[in-house]
Amino acid sequence: MASSQIIILAILVTSVATFISRFMGALTSEKVSVNSKIFQWFNCVAYSTLAALLGRMIVFPAGVLADSDLIIRLIVLVFCIALFIMTKKNLVIPTIISAVLLGVLTNF
Amino acid sequence: MINLKIFLTGLQSLKGSRSPAIPLAACFIALGALLKDAGFNIQQSAASSLFTYALPGQLVMAESLLVGASIINIFIAVWLVNFRLYPMTVSLFPLLDHKSQPKWKYYLSCHFLAVTSWLIAKDGYKKIDKKHRIDFWIGIGIGTWSTAILMTVIGYLSADYLNKDMLIGLAIVNPVYFFCMMIGAMKNLSISIAVIGGTVLGPAIYLFSTEWALLFAGLIAGTIAFLFEGKNGK
Repeated sequence: MASSQIIILAILVTSVATFISRFMGALTSEKVSVNSKIFQWFNCVAYSTLAALLGRMIVFPAGVLADSDLIIRLIVLVFCIALFIMTKKNLVIPTIISAVLLGVLTNF
Repeated sequence: MINLKIFLTGLQSLKGSRSPAIPLAACFIALGALLKDAGFNIQQSAASSLFTYALPGQLVMAESLLVGASIINIFIAVWLVNFRLYPMTVSLFPLLDHKSQPKWKYYLSCHFLAVTSWLIAKDGYKKIDKKHRIDFWIGIGIGTWSTAILMTVIGYLSADYLNKDMLIGLAIVNPVYFFCMMIGAMKNLSISIAVIGGTVLGPAIYLFSTEWALLFAGLIAGTIAFLFEGKNGK
């Protein structure tokens, strides 16, 4: 178990490491025009980085999710995306169903 | 100073059938419980969401502490996993820019930049007059940020009542929500290529390098998508 000072230091370091990227982004944004090529490139990179993070969260999850089967996570994901499209892009229904479905399938 | 009506429009994105409140609640409740496990007290848990407010980084921090990693290692690991916030900010803030707005609004509100708030802002900014878009963003940011902090505290307090099956259930909610939002954002070919390419390359590169996977996958898939867009003259 980490001591209290280490925890406070870790919170501080984590927050600084995170804020650097946000603040640099705000500074860079001042020089980037919406109609420029570079803006479009950043837009594509932002979406693909996010998609990479999500792909990793499903295939190689950290924490408790790693205790569920990959195939079950994929079934839940595909089912919920289908639900999202069928419900005309309702987000509340597929998110609630995802937790219930994963729980049911994991204990089946 | 801040256009209250537009600010409230942003804040109200928490309501309705596209509300991010449930996925935010699910993942920050799970985080609160995890932080308790990692030896945090309730103030430290709330402070973590208050000052960091970026879930993957907070998870990395908690897990690094549990395995006894050094502070410098935590810094590097968090920086790498949260570096995505840089391209995300650059692909959002120019859309919110207006010369009549003071710079401090941008410098302070960049703290609200996280996946949830970003996806909501990208989805809704067009409906808002360019002059007041930053206030719309601040509304979204305050709403999602305060929900995250509150839910971290609730997760901490309810940690003893959450069994492992419940935590696994909570953990899937957030990726499912994000994937649905991303599918909703795939309105043109280049974004679709970026999303599909990233989803495939992220886990694939992770097999070779756990730390650099996100950065490389994002750069490669994003650049391919961008070149595709250029080729089609869009």
